[in-house]
Amino acid sequence: MTHQDEYNFAYLDEQTKRMIRRAILKGLAIPGYQVPFASREMPMPYGWGTGGVQVSAAVLTPDDTLKVIDQGADDTTNAVSIRTFFERTAGVETTTATTDASVIQTRHRIPEEPLTEGQILVYQVPIPEPLRFLEPRESETRKMHALEEYGLMHVKLYEDISRHGHIATSYAYPVKVEGRYVMDPSPIPKFDNPKLGDMAAVQLFGAGREQRIYALPPYTDVVSLDFEDHPFEASKADQICGLCGAEDSYLDEVITDDRGGRLFCCSDTDYCLSRRNAGFQGPAFPENEVTK
Amino acid sequence: MYVAVKGGERAIENAHAWLAEERRGDKDVAELSVAQIREQLSLAVNRVMAEGSLYDPDLAALAIKQSRGDLIEAIFLIRAYRTTLPRFGASKPVETAAMACDRRISATFKDLPGGQILGPTFDYTHRLLDFKLAADGDVPEAPERATEPAEVPHVADFLNQEGLIEEALFDDTEPPDLTREPLEMPAARALRLQALTRSDEGFTLGLAYSTQRGYARNHAFVGELRIGSVPVEMDIPELGFSVEVGEVILTECETVNQFTGSKTEPPQFTRGYGLVFGQTERKAISMALVDRALRWEELGEDNVGAPAQDAEFVLYHADNIQATGFLEHIKLPHYVDFQSELELVRKLRREAGAAAVQEAAE
Repeated sequence: MTHQDEYNFAYLDEQTKRMIRRAILKGLAIPGYQVPFASREMPMPYGWGTGGVQVSAAVLTPDDTLKVIDQGADDTTNAVSIRTFFERTAGVETTTATTDASVIQTRHRIPEEPLTEGQILVYQVPIPEPLRFLEPRESETRKMHALEEYGLMHVKLYEDISRHGHIATSYAYPVKVEGRYVMDPSPIPKFDNPKLGDMAAVQLFGAGREQRIYALPPYTDVVSLDFEDHPFEASKADQICGLCGAEDSYLDEVITDDRGGRLFCCSDTDYCLSRRNAGFQGPAFPENEVTK
Repeated sequence: MYVAVKGGERAIENAHAWLAEERRGDKDVAELSVAQIREQLSLAVNRVMAEGSLYDPDLAALAIKQSRGDLIEAIFLIRAYRTTLPRFGASKPVETAAMACDRRISATFKDLPGGQILGPTFDYTHRLLDFKLAADGDVPEAPERATEPAEVPHVADFLNQEGLIEEALFDDTEPPDLTREPLEMPAARALRLQALTRSDEGFTLGLAYSTQRGYARNHAFVGELRIGSVPVEMDIPELGFSVEVGEVILTECETVNQFTGSKTEPPQFTRGYGLVFGQTERKAISMALVDRALRWEELGEDNVGAPAQDAEFVLYHADNIQATGFLEHIKLPHYVDFQSELELVRKLRREAGAAAVQEAAE
């Protein structure tokens, strides 16, 4: 007997999925606005992506093909665990190829391959409130959003510049959506921020423990907060991928020995592998290790 | 040469197999049965039922076995299970005045109608390790006495007759449901109590203790603490009357708190309330103290900025399943974010170094 027989399709009952879909639709109607939803206890802990899992469960259909990544990689333990969860409870096709997936659940990255219309990107969000570390009270931050009172955020960014000469936020870098709501893009590196705006795919954000869902419909205007004289800058390691030679991808730094040896390689494993399969080679990749 | 490690799936499977083996322990030692846990570790079972928000001693015992005795893990198993259960309806409010009490004590009156019943308590045991228990757990039968079932009135009602304690007004507005609606602030007392009854025992105890030590002190007396079983009744629309669907054991604590009056309220005693599944008196007393501290606003007291007065702080941090999940998730890979921090720190250091060199040159 498979888990599919024990549980409803994609684990959640239909009532719960309907409740979540309503929150998603509201989120899409008000891009960047955090919609409270009655998050359920899931069979994995809060902090492991329960928000993303609930959103994925609510949007998945039996015909979907699912891809799950964590840190850009399909083979990180939690990505494996969530993918297995949906294989068991929804029986959907899974893939590691970005282009083949209709739903992609991600933690901390946006795939390098530009997404297309009809795809859905689901983010796992730990702290949905971009103002949280400036104001711990939910009752206050909701008021600040309602009144579009974002001065505090600009003061924080300005203080960074005056202290360090730069905005000292390198991930979960706040953005403004359609000129209205300031939004936390989840802890993606700021390298990924430019991909948020004008994206062809639907972007859904789920925060389970904090009970919030928000969304970006396709082709939404998303601007990373900055100042005219200190424009936003997407940054990455000033290296190329040692495995596939990519110059434009976000890189992980891997310690290879105890004498300061380093290897930089794509954090997006599918991107890296497709490039290697297409014949690209980085400086650190011996020919005989090309894998399918 | 590093190649991205494949095989996360196998690693996970192997870890689970090892975990199962560790859970079982030495196979030369007899395996624990769920019934043994239910009967002999009943206070752990009670805590799991209370914080798991599901009254089922067998499932709680199973969860304790499965979690190797990690009670928060057991509570998590119960919560994840309960959320999948269908709901048939809501019971009528239980009548704790009609409780069949195993224990009922008042710290405010020497004697009172219904009497003081110590019940099965650790209170007056000497905490000396009983080495006999290591060898032989047999116990003599405890003495018994026939009792007549009778209503045991609440202590607060006696004070109420004199008008000395704030009146607990009848309110039949349907309470919100924390497990079906997102928690939103400000939270009414019904919602606060609902969150507190499933809150982490340790967190609630710590907060309650802080009020005793002066962080929003509210001078609590245990007006009454009672433990016992109450019938649970449900209205069945098809029948047109209510039927008893079962019994639950509850711990109820009502504190009587000194109150010298405020701008809006006359001097009188006020109440704090705790009601928890099972025999869980530490938690119920803690709950009552925290409940009372959270009522500062309606009683017109000063907010002294104490943690126990801050409903948002208390309610957002009292749930141990949320807390442990978020705390432990920092074990998951964060190397993408860490990489971006590395770049930033290297950049800032380069610039700071360059600035220092330039200063030295000048």
